[in-house]
Amino acid sequence: MESYVTLLSLIVFLPTAGALALAFFPREKTEAMKTFSLVVTGLVFLLTVIVALPRGGEWQFNTAISEMQKVFAIDWISSFNIQYFMGLDGISFPLVLLTSFVTMISMAASWPIQKHIKAYCILFLLLETGMLGVFLSLDFFLFYVFWEVMLLPMYFLIGVWGGPRREYAAIKFFLYTLLGSVFMLIAILMLYFASDLKELSDEQLIAASVVSAQLDSAEQLAKIADLRAQPNAVHTFNILALQQLGQHTDVFDSFDGKGQLFLGKSLQWWAFLLLLVGFVIKVPSVPLHTWLPDAHVEAPTPISMILAGVLLKMGGYGIIRICYPICPDAGYDLAYFVCALGVVSMVYGGFAALAQKDFKRLVAYSSVSHMGYVVLGIGVWSAVAGNEFNPDAWKMGMNGAMFQMLAHGISSAGMFFMVGVIYDRVHHRNIDQFGGLFAKMPIYSGLAIGIFFAGLGLPGLCGFIGEVLVTLSVWNFSHALAVVSASVVIITAAYILWTLQRVYLGPEYKGPHGDHLYPMTSRELAIAGPLLALAILFGVYPQLIFNYMTPSVDRTVDELATWTEDVKTPRINAAEQAGAVQPAPEVAQQ
Amino acid sequence: MSLFDLIHALNDDTLQSLAAFRGELVLCVTIVLLLLLRIVNLTSRIDSFYVMLAGSAAALYLAGPWHPLESRTELFTGLLVYDSFTVYFRTLLFFFAVLFAIFTRISGVPDRDAGPDVYSLVLGATLGMCLMASANHLLIVFLGVEMASVPSYALAGLLKGRRQSSEAALKYAIYGAGAAGVMLYGISLLAGVLGSVHLPTMAVRLADLLQSSNLEHGIGADTHMVLALGGLMVLVGVAFKLSAVPFHFWCPDVFEGASAEVNAFLSVASKAAALALLARVAIGFGYIPAPAAPQAEVAMFNVAEARTDTESAPVADAVAEDAAAQPSPHALDRAEQIKSLGPSRDFLARVLAFIAILTCTFGNLAAYGQTNIKRLLAYSTIAQAGYMIMPVPAAMVLAGSDPKAAGDAMAAMAFYAGVYLFMNLGAFAVVAFFRNILHSEEIADYAGLIRRCPIVVVCFSIILVSLIGLPPLAGFAGKLLIFSSLVQAKLWTLLVIAGLNTAISLYYYLRVVKIMTIDPEPEQRRPVNMAIIPGTYVVVVTLPLLILGLWWDQLALVAQSAAAHLF
Repeated sequence: MESYVTLLSLIVFLPTAGALALAFFPREKTEAMKTFSLVVTGLVFLLTVIVALPRGGEWQFNTAISEMQKVFAIDWISSFNIQYFMGLDGISFPLVLLTSFVTMISMAASWPIQKHIKAYCILFLLLETGMLGVFLSLDFFLFYVFWEVMLLPMYFLIGVWGGPRREYAAIKFFLYTLLGSVFMLIAILMLYFASDLKELSDEQLIAASVVSAQLDSAEQLAKIADLRAQPNAVHTFNILALQQLGQHTDVFDSFDGKGQLFLGKSLQWWAFLLLLVGFVIKVPSVPLHTWLPDAHVEAPTPISMILAGVLLKMGGYGIIRICYPICPDAGYDLAYFVCALGVVSMVYGGFAALAQKDFKRLVAYSSVSHMGYVVLGIGVWSAVAGNEFNPDAWKMGMNGAMFQMLAHGISSAGMFFMVGVIYDRVHHRNIDQFGGLFAKMPIYSGLAIGIFFAGLGLPGLCGFIGEVLVTLSVWNFSHALAVVSASVVIITAAYILWTLQRVYLGPEYKGPHGDHLYPMTSRELAIAGPLLALAILFGVYPQLIFNYMTPSVDRTVDELATWTEDVKTPRINAAEQAGAVQPAPEVAQQ
Repeated sequence: MSLFDLIHALNDDTLQSLAAFRGELVLCVTIVLLLLLRIVNLTSRIDSFYVMLAGSAAALYLAGPWHPLESRTELFTGLLVYDSFTVYFRTLLFFFAVLFAIFTRISGVPDRDAGPDVYSLVLGATLGMCLMASANHLLIVFLGVEMASVPSYALAGLLKGRRQSSEAALKYAIYGAGAAGVMLYGISLLAGVLGSVHLPTMAVRLADLLQSSNLEHGIGADTHMVLALGGLMVLVGVAFKLSAVPFHFWCPDVFEGASAEVNAFLSVASKAAALALLARVAIGFGYIPAPAAPQAEVAMFNVAEARTDTESAPVADAVAEDAAAQPSPHALDRAEQIKSLGPSRDFLARVLAFIAILTCTFGNLAAYGQTNIKRLLAYSTIAQAGYMIMPVPAAMVLAGSDPKAAGDAMAAMAFYAGVYLFMNLGAFAVVAFFRNILHSEEIADYAGLIRRCPIVVVCFSIILVSLIGLPPLAGFAGKLLIFSSLVQAKLWTLLVIAGLNTAISLYYYLRVVKIMTIDPEPEQRRPVNMAIIPGTYVVVVTLPLLILGLWWDQLALVAQSAAAHLF
């Protein structure tokens, strides 16, 4: 366990340590500070790669295990049962890899930043700590702390180093996210005070790491006996325990444990809704997406890359990890709502992108559209297709959503970078004034077209896999949504191809600063190259990622499918019977 | 009981009470010393600052005991209550006095000449606040509020030459006098109906009254009306001290007119004491505490010998037992009495929840338009008072069913008051130090200060972010505890409004941060520099926010044990 503490704490807090060290750098050594930050982000990436590679020894991520691994829990604030509790599984680990990778290349893309380098690097590294912490935390309180820790650095990174409307964009981003997280906090407290660890069986307590699986059985029994001896309910922030409670007990079904409802809905229904709002703001889904175009456009290029590449994924991760497993009953009831949210975002984002004149804004709206697939894929609750239990389609959807998150992380970071490269040269982003870039910058244009095709979802590139899996999975759930989501591909193709045509093709560049169109530098190549390479690799050999994530995703779905079969279906049947019986007396009375 | 016995018991009680009152006694001695210094004209040779520092430090040292008390006791024949809650808030006040003394020394206001006057006023007000925090009797409630207020009026007018300062003092005094009058009238109404001003006795009588009103031969609607009116009028006095809406009008003007040092004192010490008082009054009319224990715990001096004579029970006990065994037509046991106080708790919870919502929302919205940092912080303190009132309705809701959770709600308030000490002291310290170098208190003049004094600006930003309530800072822990109490009490409306207010407050706090960090420096500014000592002071006051933000377990436990005997 100590080894895991070291590993995960290093991954999360190495950037913080780097930020502290940066405070002692002399102000004029800007190059040294940038290099140092790059080295720190590189080290973090290296650590995550070591975990991913085979023969990593004790630290190696075991793809055969679908449960949490590398778990440790240390008491932090004992009066509230808050623990420093982290772990990895197939859902979080790919996102951790993505985060460390995107952060590293974004740091490399930060070289053109000239203003207040020291503050920039410090905030950048603090941001990385927050992002990694969110994906690794298994304690809800810890999760929330990391979630919020990101906000302030991000506010400054947009507000100080951004474009002309940076202050507006920064505060808008902050307000939206804070509003969402306030709702999340309310939900967290509701769940916390409703939870009771004593309701769980011994096996469930061990599975949720409330009692460490590494102890021998006598010690485990002693700890469990201690727990059961407590006179009052034992509340918990442990996400795994909350999942167990949500799926195997009825503590979240009412507000007082005796069936009390609020406006006719159960506690978990409200908690699900509040959490969903918090996460959906981050994803973002229409109609809570309006912070995104502003923030993405005004942020400096590397920060746009992080925003699109990593921050949006936290919303999706939260829905997979927290919303559904903890509040399955509400998730089942609201499945159609969630899917519709995803489809609306896909369509709206696509059309909005089609209408944009600003190159970066177009990419921002494409993110809204692409992240819609994620919400749709997660929400597809097709475990019940007709009367047959068949969770396969949902598995496909959830895997597709996860894959789409990674693919979008690569492609959108790449797209923002490509926009940034051209903006550095000509200082405008007006699509109508571009054209003919292919002739002046062939290598850049080639790479850019490759990455944009990845975003489009061309078969053979990473965007395709996620979209196709999600779209296929929806068919079982709802034909209408499937048809709409499939036709979004046409909109996507339209805006991306049209953009490529207007920006890269054409006879010659007639816009301002035409003489500054020098070829890509080697630093820029070193950023764009790997991004395109990964986009191709994931498109050709998606198994590379699926190997890591499928076991955990499938397990999540299987658990929820079991829950649907064992708990929800009987409940629905009972309600239907009651409903069928009830009207009869009324008729008789009439 | 013969006269001799009575005197003996009284003597006994007073001696023991004085032992528990020793912190306040030290303050009294210090005040006298400070005044003597003035009379014999020693101010040129002895700096009054050292007297103030020594006095408050000694009071802090004697504020203990530092372990949780076993039960509540009553002092001075039931005038004061002495429990962990008293100790907690008294410690907080004395600790603040020490930090405040150092702060004034560094900022240079008051100067050496005015020192004895100002410090004796500050300590006098602190003494009143200690009484507020330990009030067990409506007379003491009134006395405490007045003792805390009158020196504050004078302090608000500290900057003698400034018109605004005199205006602030006058406004404060008139408002205070009005509020005090209303409160006194309320006290007399309550005393008239209930026949006592000793809070636990009043609670017992009220319980009997409410119980009998359920029966056929009960009290009429007019008695209910008088009770409700009296209760509301007493709350007016408390709300004035809390600067709760709609009794907040003095706050922005006084804060703008008075110096930042006085603002720090008013916003921290005065508010903490007012919160403790609110808790005392609310519990006084909504709950019946366990009977006061014999004064074993407070007998730090060797007065225990005097108690070997078991026949002479302390008068406090006599009063309490007398109260518990009222010759009422239907004597109830404690559980039933608590149950029958339900309507009273319900009433208090509704009124206080409503005031909290108004205060919080109004403070946050009004802060938007401010250009003067002291006015902005004044509205911020109003909003913060709103958050800090919220646990009280939660405790009122929970008191009947779950006393432990009700205690935790009060603990949340106590915790927040502790964190708030550092936040507001830090904020006003920064304002005072900036005033010393910039000669301005306009927010716009702070533009780009991060280029000049980065460390202080970073600290101020941390303080402001902590006031918003973002993790990992202590303000978040406080908010979390308050929100927890609201969840436990199932006050969903209050909870959602509190949450939305957090989001609303983001904008104006962050605007100050933005101006200091993002905005460019004005070109015509003279080069300014923050000296080492003020900078260090700000860092020292800010650090606890970071430390308590990450490890708030200890303070939360202390606050919980402080509130353990309230319910």
